[in-house]
Amino acid sequence: MNWGQAIADAISLGALYGLVAVGIGLVFGVMRLINFAYGELITAGAYVLAYTSGWPAPLAILMCVAAVVALALAQERIAFRPLRRMGASPAAMLVATFAVSFLLQAIYLLAFGTRGQIVGTLGRLNRAFTIDGVDIRWIALVATLTGAVLLLGTGALLNRTTMGLHVRAAAQDFRTARILGVRANRVIGFSFVVAGVLAAAVSVLYTVSNPLVQPQMGVPITIFALVGVVVGGLERLWSAALGGFAVGFVYGMFGDLLSSQQTVYLPAVVYGSVILVLLVRPAGLFAPFRARQVERV
Amino acid sequence: MRRGVAELGAPILLVIATAAITGAFSQAHQLEFKNALVMTAIVVALYVFTGNSGVISFGHVSFVAVGIYLGGILTVDPETKTFTMPGLFPFLRHTHIGIVPSLVLAALAGGLYGLAVGLPLMRLSGLPAGIATFAVLGITADVLYYWQKVGPTAQTLSDVPEAGRWTLGIATIIAIAAAYAYQRSRFGRMLRATREDPAAAGASGISVYRQRLIAFTLSGALAGLAGGLYVHQLGLIAPDLTYLDLTFVTLAMLVFGGVASLWGAVLGALAISALNSFLGDAENTVHIGFRLTLPAGTRLVTIGAVMALVIILRPSGLTGGREFGWRRP
Repeated sequence: MNWGQAIADAISLGALYGLVAVGIGLVFGVMRLINFAYGELITAGAYVLAYTSGWPAPLAILMCVAAVVALALAQERIAFRPLRRMGASPAAMLVATFAVSFLLQAIYLLAFGTRGQIVGTLGRLNRAFTIDGVDIRWIALVATLTGAVLLLGTGALLNRTTMGLHVRAAAQDFRTARILGVRANRVIGFSFVVAGVLAAAVSVLYTVSNPLVQPQMGVPITIFALVGVVVGGLERLWSAALGGFAVGFVYGMFGDLLSSQQTVYLPAVVYGSVILVLLVRPAGLFAPFRARQVERV
Repeated sequence: MRRGVAELGAPILLVIATAAITGAFSQAHQLEFKNALVMTAIVVALYVFTGNSGVISFGHVSFVAVGIYLGGILTVDPETKTFTMPGLFPFLRHTHIGIVPSLVLAALAGGLYGLAVGLPLMRLSGLPAGIATFAVLGITADVLYYWQKVGPTAQTLSDVPEAGRWTLGIATIIAIAAAYAYQRSRFGRMLRATREDPAAAGASGISVYRQRLIAFTLSGALAGLAGGLYVHQLGLIAPDLTYLDLTFVTLAMLVFGGVASLWGAVLGALAISALNSFLGDAENTVHIGFRLTLPAGTRLVTIGAVMALVIILRPSGLTGGREFGWRRP
């Protein structure tokens, strides 16, 4: 294993986790809701890809995006909108997303079995090309580029369109935005659609290197991205994305460079540093410096 | 006074009833009833912190894990331990105590661990607090899985002596009584004030940090005790017993019953356990007036759907966060 290849892999993994972080951060921005069932969107996309492995790749990817967006909207409509209407406490909302995640996993288990399905759609991206004697897999390049394009696209969507303006207004202050004419359900639906597209992209890219799809595959992805989001800073989308990228990058580097003997306590070290970061900077590593005051509304 | 009797009496009676009817069932069912008692103890421990402070803790299963490992290993015969876990710390390898002393030690260790973790972490609140407690769980799970000096690592240790239903029931009742005594004490009331309005509580001279730390330590001790019960119910220590699944199930039980009340914690734990065990039977046909056979795998889906439905339709849980009472306010 050489450095060039490890760095390329780590960057592409960072880009993937950056996408997941933006998907989680976007919904958090408008709804103040950490959607723990986000990983199950990725799993759903992966199952669609597994069942359409024989199809032409563009068609399979289209199906994947459509299915994941539909599931994201269903999550919002069936589970999270009623909760928001009732003014549920953040704790209840969070646990509700756990329950949704648990339910979806149980459904996947019942529908698709424990043994797992194999995705073959973009398998040929695992081949490598050589620059200066460094082997780099195509998927590393494709994932990095796709990640960058989607992140920039999301940024443009938020900063250049009217809908994006509404989303940003709602993220600043939901009640005031509504009073000023922002349609709550539309804004939330829109952010779930964008989050769904990002989740579908993650399904496509992630299954190239990890083609085995199992009911619980989304859980560790969500947990890692969530750790990244909180460590980076939840209040801003770019700091969340950076946090997600950092976690993916670190994870990718260590996973490639260290032997399995050396990595057994890696999670403990990573979680230990997470605690340290949170103690020093509770608002996140990349959050702007400013004194937080107690808000009384 | 009479209100207090009903509020404390109802959950205790429910636990006694569960322990009492356990004896009337077959061996397989007794296991599930005993498991329900242990789950009740874990959820009550979680409630002492999360219910009273309003801060979600994802780290409580770490304290349960400490109880499981300490309570389990100390009650196993030293000869077996030398044979199966030669790398163990000498203190753990040579000590051999009974079930009840091991429960006391498990509670002490859980409380100490809770205090040690709480000292730095209780300065956080909201989501950072949640993620930090989760990180504690991640560290604990990782260390227990690989460190041969503290346990069987990736192997399963059987031969842990099993406790009877009354030991489990009485210990669970002690946990409930401790939780109730705490929430009626001035410390419990101060913590509840910080839950309702941290700024106003702070302005009235309550230290949010100190009150949360007290609750976290007590909650850690009760979780350690519950872990001791768990290992003596299972009769074994298995890897990955104490990680995500147990964390989510116990949190969901608490929210299902109602985060803000002790009655909700007990009711949620027992209700979900009962549903789980009934559905498990139904997958092998039960007779409830008619023959009911559910296809294999429907148990998890049904449990997930019921939990999601109740939380979505009634975010304050079955009890609405109220203690037991005859008259509804």
